[in-house]
Amino acid sequence: MSKSTGMNGLVLFAAAATASIAVLGLASILASQSVVTVGSDYAEMGAGRLNPDSIFMAGTKGDTDLSRASMPGQIGDADKGARLWKKCVACHQIGPNASNRVGPHLNFVFDRKAGTVADYRYSEGMARLGDEGLIWSIGTLNTFIENPKAVVPGTRMNFLGMESQAERNDLLAFLRQFSDDPSNIPEAAATAIPPEVTLAPEVLAMVGDRDYGEYLGSECTTCHQRDGSDDGIPAIMGWPAKDFVIAMHAYKQKIRENPVMQLMASRLSDEEIAALAAYFEEF
Amino acid sequence: MNLDRRRFIGAGVAVSATLSAPMVMGQGKPRVVVVGGGAGGATAARYIAKGSQGAIDVTLVEPSRKYYTCFFSNLYIGGFRTLSNIGHTYGTLAAEYGINVVHDWAIGVDRNAKTVSLAGGASLPYDRLVLSPGIDFVDGAVPGWDISAQNAMPHAYKAGSQSELLKAQIESMPQGGVYCMVAPPNPYRCPPGPYERISMVAHVLKQKNPTAKILIADPKEKFSKQALFEEGWEKHYGGMIERLGPDFGGNNVTVDPKAMTVDIDGEVAKVDVCNVIPAMKAGRICEMAGVNDGNWAPTIAHTMQSKADENIHILGDAAAQGDMPKSGFSANSQAKVAAMAIRGALTGSKVFPAKFSNTCWSLIETDDGVKVGASYEATDEKIAKTSGFVSSTGEDAALRKATYDESVGWYAGITADMFG
Repeated sequence: MSKSTGMNGLVLFAAAATASIAVLGLASILASQSVVTVGSDYAEMGAGRLNPDSIFMAGTKGDTDLSRASMPGQIGDADKGARLWKKCVACHQIGPNASNRVGPHLNFVFDRKAGTVADYRYSEGMARLGDEGLIWSIGTLNTFIENPKAVVPGTRMNFLGMESQAERNDLLAFLRQFSDDPSNIPEAAATAIPPEVTLAPEVLAMVGDRDYGEYLGSECTTCHQRDGSDDGIPAIMGWPAKDFVIAMHAYKQKIRENPVMQLMASRLSDEEIAALAAYFEEF
Repeated sequence: MNLDRRRFIGAGVAVSATLSAPMVMGQGKPRVVVVGGGAGGATAARYIAKGSQGAIDVTLVEPSRKYYTCFFSNLYIGGFRTLSNIGHTYGTLAAEYGINVVHDWAIGVDRNAKTVSLAGGASLPYDRLVLSPGIDFVDGAVPGWDISAQNAMPHAYKAGSQSELLKAQIESMPQGGVYCMVAPPNPYRCPPGPYERISMVAHVLKQKNPTAKILIADPKEKFSKQALFEEGWEKHYGGMIERLGPDFGGNNVTVDPKAMTVDIDGEVAKVDVCNVIPAMKAGRICEMAGVNDGNWAPTIAHTMQSKADENIHILGDAAAQGDMPKSGFSANSQAKVAAMAIRGALTGSKVFPAKFSNTCWSLIETDDGVKVGASYEATDEKIAKTSGFVSSTGEDAALRKATYDESVGWYAGITADMFG
């Protein structure tokens, strides 16, 4: 169980903890941890001026073995978490053969330094927090998933956050199964989740015309910023073409809900979607 | 009319040749002059310069050194943005895109000589001219008001000092005072704009002056996102806002800027702030260029060329183009179509079928955002709407907040798309 020692370096988003510590069902996990809070200004964090040291404060008390609580079953219900994971699959993969897509793969995320999956291009905000020593643990992942943009300003993760502590526990229990100890990576559990949208192989294999994609893409950059920043509208630059194609078809088939995107996708042919995917992949 | 796009792309070069006017290659660098540095003009200048990579000489004529966007200027009035948040300069367009930015007024167009004259005395020759001057007001539209009364009764429908003035007047209203808006008839810039303005004024008054009243004299039967605004006004500002439509004389309004009175259908009311938004027409340079038919300048949907002159393209509010609303988003969308057509005509670059879209977000109260949008295609007759959507009444708070957040992202996106 030596791998779990890193969990003792529990770190917590100070202001969020101040605000919501009373309702944290995490109590069972954190009971042994004294949470250090600082008088950090939440509004200031939203403005992106925070000092990472003031967000993630190292817990101090090391006399209890947190690894007891790090077994998936003690965090939450991993089966329920597998269902919640569907919220993540548009961007993340986990399990055997998982690779980086729009987001990094999440195998072995526990105990990993933030922003360090090989060959994944992180936002500056995430990379900086990693450089400054942020380690993903139950505590840090919990606060991050609750409100990603407040915790890591500038993150490209386009997820508004998961409010329910119970749901976060379940999701973390699910994710925990794919990191070292206490259990090894199960075989093919996650890959059994059906894809977001089913597309004919020829649609997925279509090679897009980048010039056409550049023209069509000029319509996208009215809202999606070219420099990859994300304030309320996700960045789409550098997405793997396949993910782009799947996302656009999911809007076109009205599986994804945003009406602006449904409208945009509804009038794009398969060729046009492929053209856009080719253009933005190399943007 | 649905083009077979696969065939269209395959025949790209041939198509662009058939759509093109005669090329001017071989006569030195082709020259494009863009008049107006807003959502239409700045975008067109940037896309022409970016796409042609120095092959086209682009000059942008805009009087203001700092351009304040009309979109989000209501949020400034409501206190959600500072004025500097909505101010933009042209430094990047000049430095990184090689655009000649000229801060001057265009005061005439000689269509035979193909030159634009400037107030400062210069004359700019062009191969293609882009007119994107926005709006001016129709003289005499609101009896008693003319542009000399804009300090007593601001329109704040061009952003900047007018927005500052209106905001200051609202914030210094006496307790229990009256703000009156004289709303414009169709068609006008930013259809939901007056009603977002009302929401932002109510937001300010609710905090600073909760017994104040808001009166709207409106010549229109209906207005954009009406159900959404009315639901929001009732929910957030119950009892504060009263709207008089044409059935209550909202189309029969006279103002007296000296006495600060408004006469609505014979009933005279003393008001503390009077926000007069008169009927609109294309920016004056369109009249001077002789490209107007009535108040607006008709365009060909496929290229945004003027119907009066194939060497002139009209963008944004000034254009009579068909179904698109007069909005910054529309102007930005039209600018990309025009830029593609101009590059195709002047340098032979590929031309694709025109596509247009628009979305207008409005803020009703903190984190209560709504939106309306549509997509459009070019037909031989006009820009025609293909499909659209609008937010629903009764949406939950999380969705409304996400919609507001989206508008914030859009603002960052479109201003980067305009100014580089």
